Order: sequence, then structure tokens, then C-alpha cells
Amino acid sequence: MNVIEASSLGKRYGNTQALRDCTLAIPAGHVAALVGPNGAGKSTLLNLAVGLSAPSEGGLTVLGGRQPGSLAALDGIAFVAQDTPLYKNVSAANMLHLTRNMNRHFDQAYAEARLGELGIPLKRKAGKLSGGQQAQLALTLALARRPRLLVLDEPVAMLDPIARHDFMATVLGAAAEDGVSVLLSSHVLAELERVADYLILLSRGRIQLAGEVDEILVGHRMLTGPAAEAATYTDRPVVHVRRGETQAHMLVRTSTEDRVPQGWESHAVGLEELALAYLRDPDAAALPGPVRTWDVGARKVTR
Amino acid sequence: MTAMTSVTAPLHKQEDANLRPVQWRRMAWVTWCQHRVALTGLVAALAAIGTYTWVLGLQLHHAYAAELACRPAGSDACLQLTSGFNSVGGFLTNGWILQLVPALIGAFVGAPVLAREMETGTYRYAWTQGFGRWRWTLAKLAGLAVAVTAAAGAISVLFSWYYQPYFGTDNQARGLSELTSLAPSLFDLRGVAFGAWTLAAFAIGVLAGMLIRRVVPAIVATLVAYAGLAIATGAWFRAQYFSPVVTRSLNVPSSVWIVSQDWTKGGQAISQTVLYQVLQGAPAQVAGKEGGGPNLHALVAWQYLVQHGYTEVTSYQPAARFWAFQWMEAGWLLGLSMLLIAVTVWLVRRRAT
Repeated sequence: MNVIEASSLGKRYGNTQALRDCTLAIPAGHVAALVGPNGAGKSTLLNLAVGLSAPSEGGLTVLGGRQPGSLAALDGIAFVAQDTPLYKNVSAANMLHLTRNMNRHFDQAYAEARLGELGIPLKRKAGKLSGGQQAQLALTLALARRPRLLVLDEPVAMLDPIARHDFMATVLGAAAEDGVSVLLSSHVLAELERVADYLILLSRGRIQLAGEVDEILVGHRMLTGPAAEAATYTDRPVVHVRRGETQAHMLVRTSTEDRVPQGWESHAVGLEELALAYLRDPDAAALPGPVRTWDVGARKVTR
Repeated sequence: MTAMTSVTAPLHKQEDANLRPVQWRRMAWVTWCQHRVALTGLVAALAAIGTYTWVLGLQLHHAYAAELACRPAGSDACLQLTSGFNSVGGFLTNGWILQLVPALIGAFVGAPVLAREMETGTYRYAWTQGFGRWRWTLAKLAGLAVAVTAAAGAISVLFSWYYQPYFGTDNQARGLSELTSLAPSLFDLRGVAFGAWTLAAFAIGVLAGMLIRRVVPAIVATLVAYAGLAIATGAWFRAQYFSPVVTRSLNVPSSVWIVSQDWTKGGQAISQTVLYQVLQGAPAQVAGKEGGGPNLHALVAWQYLVQHGYTEVTSYQPAARFWAFQWMEAGWLLGLSMLLIAVTVWLVRRRAT
């Protein structure tokens, strides 16, 4: 089952094209990271997936062919929006009660136990909790619904490092123990490697790259060699070139089996490094290339 | 391996059709939890107005009964009681101030319902819960609409009782204040109209909130829109519900609502300017150039005009039509409110962020 499937998806706000021609299929069972600079269209894509807005072009289905926003889709998807909106003058206990009343499933015992562990007082108004506690409360509300897909929009952007770590630990725990699929957006690259096993890179409203992290990493190498020769390299598609005085670093779509040109060295590449290289070069779409987004749904990654 | 959409979709259709939505009644607690401040405030405000009306009403009814029982009529003691009755009322006199109540309910209970969700971003929480977005809106609006209408309906019973002494048919003859039950300032405080106007104000408020998406501007817009509708209804629409009774007689009962009074000659309406010129040409006493007080002038002028072939035509609505007017007004207001709420739900369902 694909938790998200998009074909030629586009979204316009007036004259602004927030998202264009996105074709994507995220299989279930992943922690998928949607990465891109501010304004790349991450929130737009997530809002479409949870049914808060409707596409301008193309189509999108969730949880294996369901219409976003339909009762069946809402039932299986829990969403924590950016800045974790909660009713500020409603107590934590009543936030649990509200959420329980608005959903078919709600694990009250789990929610109370988790808030207890986190030391979040049930009687305190949501608006009086710290930023980290508010985020944890919103996440608890989402997880207690026992969703099949958890969608998080910039969940850690406002959190300090400790709160950020705790928050992500909870998400990963849910993914590992309960098999919840996760789709989260972030412009924080640092923790990506630890967290995500599926990556979607979004830039200027287009998908640059999408696929399983392992396969993406295997499909890219960092080649280091004489700066003068960098311009003449044509064996494989070059994503990004960083030139020093004597040496150049080229991120290339290739694999370990490929021949390395004479005088060049080939290194494995990290996820953060790779994401940065793509984001620095928004035109370097992986289309056509080793990771073709329209093949990702069928998990066939051309190398 | 990934299952194809085309294969899995029909299976889901079956499964999804069997999915039982969250029960409607569970929104009752949700609505209460989120709006208890507004609802408690509403009840407190109405209780304060109600208590004031009750205390003053007792005085008014007492003064009225005392005046009726006074013998001999016309004595100094009785005249004192008459003016005593006429001076009770405070800000409830004529009912104008109470016209604000529905507007304030619409503005402060209705407008924030959706505007606050949009302004603080909590709609992203509310509309992604399993209850479903348009069902959430409909359940919440229906619950609150019933609550505010019931509260307004309850207090309008008190208003109906309060103004009762003013409708005595011989009040004017006795020198007591008399009001017509169809008077624009009073008509919609009593009967079923008050609840209906409150419902309409609430519906205007929620729609304004959804369209404007900010609390304070939505409150202002609600007040303006409601005032426009209420004034237009009192000044123009209401008189059109039923054809008025037209008479040439001067003996119009004091309980009626006079819609218009015009002078005619040979079936033609005569403008005020022409009348003024006619009276200018009249003998000095008629034109008010000599003493005698304004009432005498009016009577003499009237006689003068009648003698010269002019006829005064009065259009009025008899007080007996009160309930017909009430149901007519409540009916279209109910229809309008349901339409506005339906549009709001439709906007929520359709609206993309």
C-alpha cells in the first residue's frame, strides 16, 4: 500500500504556483522526510495530503487510493500542523477529551500515561505549556488516535535540542513499535540521517528526488579530483560541483561498480551532504537520472 | 511490494462504506467545551437583563394596576398615579435598547466560532480529526444555533410580559403611555420574532467569521450587516407583509401601526410643498400666524384642507395582525438563517487553504 500517491499534482494560490507536476508514491512502513527550503511547497503538499486543501491540477490519494479528507482517510491519518495549533485556553485533559470525542479510536490510557511520563500537568491550559510540551501534547493527541499514517509539518522547528530529540524519539518509537507510517517535513537537515529512511526533496514546488534513503545513497558518489578536469566529466549526471583551488568535489549519480576516472577518488556520500548539494542546485532534478520519481512507487530504482 | 491503486480502491470502497462515522451527539461536549465562556457569558448577560426587566416589570405592572383601580378618575391622586406609570421604564422605554441584544449575540457568539479557528490556525487540528470537516461544522453550528435561539426565546417571554400594560386599549384616553404591538421598536422583541432575529444574527456572524477569518473584523461586519437588515426590515419590508387597511376616516384606533398618511385631491397625492403653499394662502388663524397652540393649528388646518376638497388617506396595519406578522417574520428569518448556515458549511467543505 502507498500511504501517499500523487500524479502530476499541482497547486496554485492565485498567481503563485506552490506545487507543480509532482508525481510521487510513498510506500507504507517508512519514516519519510519531506525536505526543502522555506517556500518549497512542503506545507502545501502536506495540507493536500491531509485534505485541508484541494489540488489545482492532477490527483492525490492516501492510504491506498482513498480521497484525502474523506472520512476513511481522516480516520487513518493523524496530522500535527506547523506550530502545533491547540486551543490555548483548554486544559491538557480536555484536549484529550476533545480529541477522543472527535475520533472513532482514542487510546485514553496511552495518552494519559505518556503525558505523565513527560511531566505535562493534565490540568494546565495548553497555552500555558512550554513550546516543547505543546508539541509533545499535540503529538500525543495524534498518536493516541492510533493512526496508520502520521503527518507532521515542521514538528521540531520551534523546539530546543533536547525537546527536539525527545519528540523525534517518540515518533521513531511509534514507527518502530506500532508500524505507523510517518511523513514529516523539515528544513532541519542535521537529524535526517538518524530519522528518515525515505526522502523526498522538494524545491521551488517541484520534486527533485524521491526514494528510499539507502537506495539514494547507493546511487550517489562524491568524486574528488583535479579542479581543471571537473568540467570535462560527462560519464554520469553531475548533481553539483564544488570547486576548490586545486580540487573539485562532484556529487555524481553513479554507483560503487562504476568506473572512477583516472586521478579521481570516489567516496560514499552522507544524506545531509547529498540533500545540501541538491538544494544548492534546484535545477538538478533527478529526472531523468538514477532515481526516477515515477518508478519509485514500483520500487524500481535505475542505477 | 506496492499494490496498485486500481486494484485496491474497490476493496476500500466496500470497507469505507461500512465505516461508521463518529456519532453526532459526541460533538455536544466538544461544542460546550470550546464555547462555554461565550455561552456562560451569554446566559449571565441575559440573566442580568432579565432580572432588571423583572424588577422593573413588577413596578410597571403594579403602577398600572394601581392606576386602573384609582377612583375617582381624574382626581389629583389618580393623575399622580398616571404620571407615575408613565415615568417607569428606564432604558426599557419603547424597547429600542433591547434591539441591540440579538446583534450582540450574533457578534460575540456567532462571529468568533469559525473566525477564531481560522485566526489561530486551530482549524488545522479540528478539520483533520476523524469526525470530518463539514460534519464538525454542521454539528457545532446547529448546537450553538439551538442554544442561542432558546436563550433568546426564553427572555423574549419576559419582554412580552413586561410591555403588556402599554397595550391597554383605553390607555390613551386615560393619559397613560400607549404603544402599538407592531411598533418597529417593540414588534421584534416579543412573540417568536426575537428568537428568530437572534438566530439570524448568529447565522450572519458565523458566515462573516468564515468569510473574513479574523475575529474583530468579523464582529464589526456582523454588527453592520445585522443593523442594516434590522433597520431595512423595520423601515420597509415589514409593512409589505400584508396589504394595509386604507381609510379616509380620522378615527383610526390608537393601537394600530400607521404605515403612511397622505393628502390627496381627486385621487392624486399632494406633496408637502403644495400643502404648505395651500395653507399659506389660508386665513391667518389657519396658517398658524395667530396664537392657539400647535394642536389647535393642526385641527384647524385639517378642517381647512378638508373644506377645500383635500382628503387625508391613512394606511395602517391593525394590531390584530400581530401574530400573522410574527409568523411571517419568524418564517423568513428562519429560512434566511438556515440558508446562511448551509452556505457556511458549504464554504468550510469547499474552502482550500
